[in-house]
Amino acid sequence: MIFSFDLLMNAIVSGILIGGFYAAMASGVSLSFGILDIVNIAHPAFIILGSYAAYMMNHDFGLDPILTSIIMLPAFYALGAGIYQIYYVAFEKRGQESLRGLAFFFGLLFITEVTLVLYFGVDYRDVDASYIGPTLHLANIDIPLRIAVPCLVSLLLIAALQLLLVRSFIGRAIMAVAQDQLALRLMAVNPIRIKRIAFAISIATASIAGAFLIIIQPVEPSVGRDYIGRIFAICVLGGMGSLPGTVIAAMLIGVVESLTSTFYGPSWAPAVSFGFLLLTLAVRPAGLLGR
Amino acid sequence: MRTLPFLVISLVVAGLVFAGALAVGNDYIFFAGYVVLQYVVLSTAWNILGGYCGYVNFGTGAFFALGAYSTVAIYNLIGKSELPHVIPIPVLMLVGGIVSGIVGFGMGYLTLRLRGAFFSIATLALAVVLETLIVNWDYVGGSRGAYILRPENAPLIGSYVRYLFLTMLLLAVGSLVIARLIERSRLGYGMATIRDDELAAEASGVPTLRVKLIATTISGALMGMAGAPFPYYIGYLQPDSTFALDYAINAIAMPLIGGTSIWIGPLIGAILLDSLQQLITVTISSAVNLLIVGCLLVAFVILAPNGIVGLFQKYFRHKDDDFVGRRAVSLDEPGAVVPSDSSPESPA
Repeated sequence: MIFSFDLLMNAIVSGILIGGFYAAMASGVSLSFGILDIVNIAHPAFIILGSYAAYMMNHDFGLDPILTSIIMLPAFYALGAGIYQIYYVAFEKRGQESLRGLAFFFGLLFITEVTLVLYFGVDYRDVDASYIGPTLHLANIDIPLRIAVPCLVSLLLIAALQLLLVRSFIGRAIMAVAQDQLALRLMAVNPIRIKRIAFAISIATASIAGAFLIIIQPVEPSVGRDYIGRIFAICVLGGMGSLPGTVIAAMLIGVVESLTSTFYGPSWAPAVSFGFLLLTLAVRPAGLLGR
Repeated sequence: MRTLPFLVISLVVAGLVFAGALAVGNDYIFFAGYVVLQYVVLSTAWNILGGYCGYVNFGTGAFFALGAYSTVAIYNLIGKSELPHVIPIPVLMLVGGIVSGIVGFGMGYLTLRLRGAFFSIATLALAVVLETLIVNWDYVGGSRGAYILRPENAPLIGSYVRYLFLTMLLLAVGSLVIARLIERSRLGYGMATIRDDELAAEASGVPTLRVKLIATTISGALMGMAGAPFPYYIGYLQPDSTFALDYAINAIAMPLIGGTSIWIGPLIGAILLDSLQQLITVTISSAVNLLIVGCLLVAFVILAPNGIVGLFQKYFRHKDDDFVGRRAVSLDEPGAVVPSDSSPESPA
């Protein structure tokens, strides 16, 4: 193969853009798994749910998918709060989260997926928006807007989340709940309530990530499975619970995947994230920006 | 009961099952029964690591597929040589078991020193990577899939599916015996302490890493053995469906519905759940059948954390003076293991 500088630059740029989108998907897991220690492997299923919400509003009313996802935030927040309540009562309180809690989320993954299959069928669905289609050309680099727009909004979303975590009282309480629940209780804060809020926020991000997903690619109910390994790999690589780390890791994995599929063929790309995951676990389990 | 009488009784029961299936006289019962038995093996194998040690493996599909693809590789190898073309299934099971066992050991070695959740996530990713490897490996069919010609007949017992059924039946007996043997050995007690409190286990001298590695290897090997005859059963093997998460959800749901702390739990779970699935697949659709598995799994882990066995033990506890039974109940009882940070909700 003739090595081409343009090809390399294009692969790197599209990897960074896709990485921005991965970061949106992984930020929710970074909150739930990284900070709260809740291994929510059903997260991709909620992302797909977000995709279908965006699809329905776009298809029936012509609403913009990203706008829809912002409108849907309260619904996803409520869903997350409800799920945490069940999880808390059934597993955390009894101290059974490690085995049965995991099985619970795995069951939720299938329930969500099959319900979508039964309702929408297994056809691929997509959405219409003005930024799907056109491509910017900067020098010799192509920037497809359908990936650039989600990437930008995703970075905004994560910046807002980070601001919330670092600056607001609730955010600091969320960070504290991971470290010392007793101390939090002594500050007259109810750790269960804080965890519920944090988990609800993590599910709410799935609404936005879902809209991004359906903008970038057509979606069918089981597409989320392809992302489970990738999302958790990003989360672990970035350092548990660190949002800046998540962004860096997401872009790193995006770039390496993009280079792999450009130079070795797309069929090898899925193995990249796993390679990173194993490498991280073996060499530095704390991740890039882990404490 | 000692192991030898248990083995004899299991073999007698297996013989009765086979005779009963023969008496029906319809090969459909063998086709359906094969899948049930396959899930008995898979869920028992999952339970050795998941139920006894408390480590959740989401990669059942990956280990199963490794066994199946070892068979495809051997089939292709022999097809190109002068050797006789029909390979005995037990030999294939052995090879599939060894391959999956090695992969299980490797996975465990890399991730089991960390917290349990990392192992679970790594097993999820393992399925993706192994699938990528198989898709890119043309020798075993790549993404096109592989065809295996099933011989018409097997010696002595007639149609080939009966032979497949019989070997899977014996494997199921074997895996139940292994599970029961582990349960009552020092190894099994070591596993139970790891499940209940790994730090305490380590402190009291249980070689935790070694015990976990043994569990992962045995569990992976049994899953591979269950996968080895699969190409002959299905006739056409394709990476997407062989590596599917559907195996994982079943292998997790069956022990949790049956009961994880004792060998009979996965057996009950597999027989009930898979018979139900066979029924639903025939009468409604195969998509609904996954929905029902998911709902049952969620319902059981919330409402009956100790599964069907746990429900029985609750009613018959006064009669049940069996040591293993009591241990299983007392350790899994709600509130028995209370982590320091899960005290009831305090007013804000």
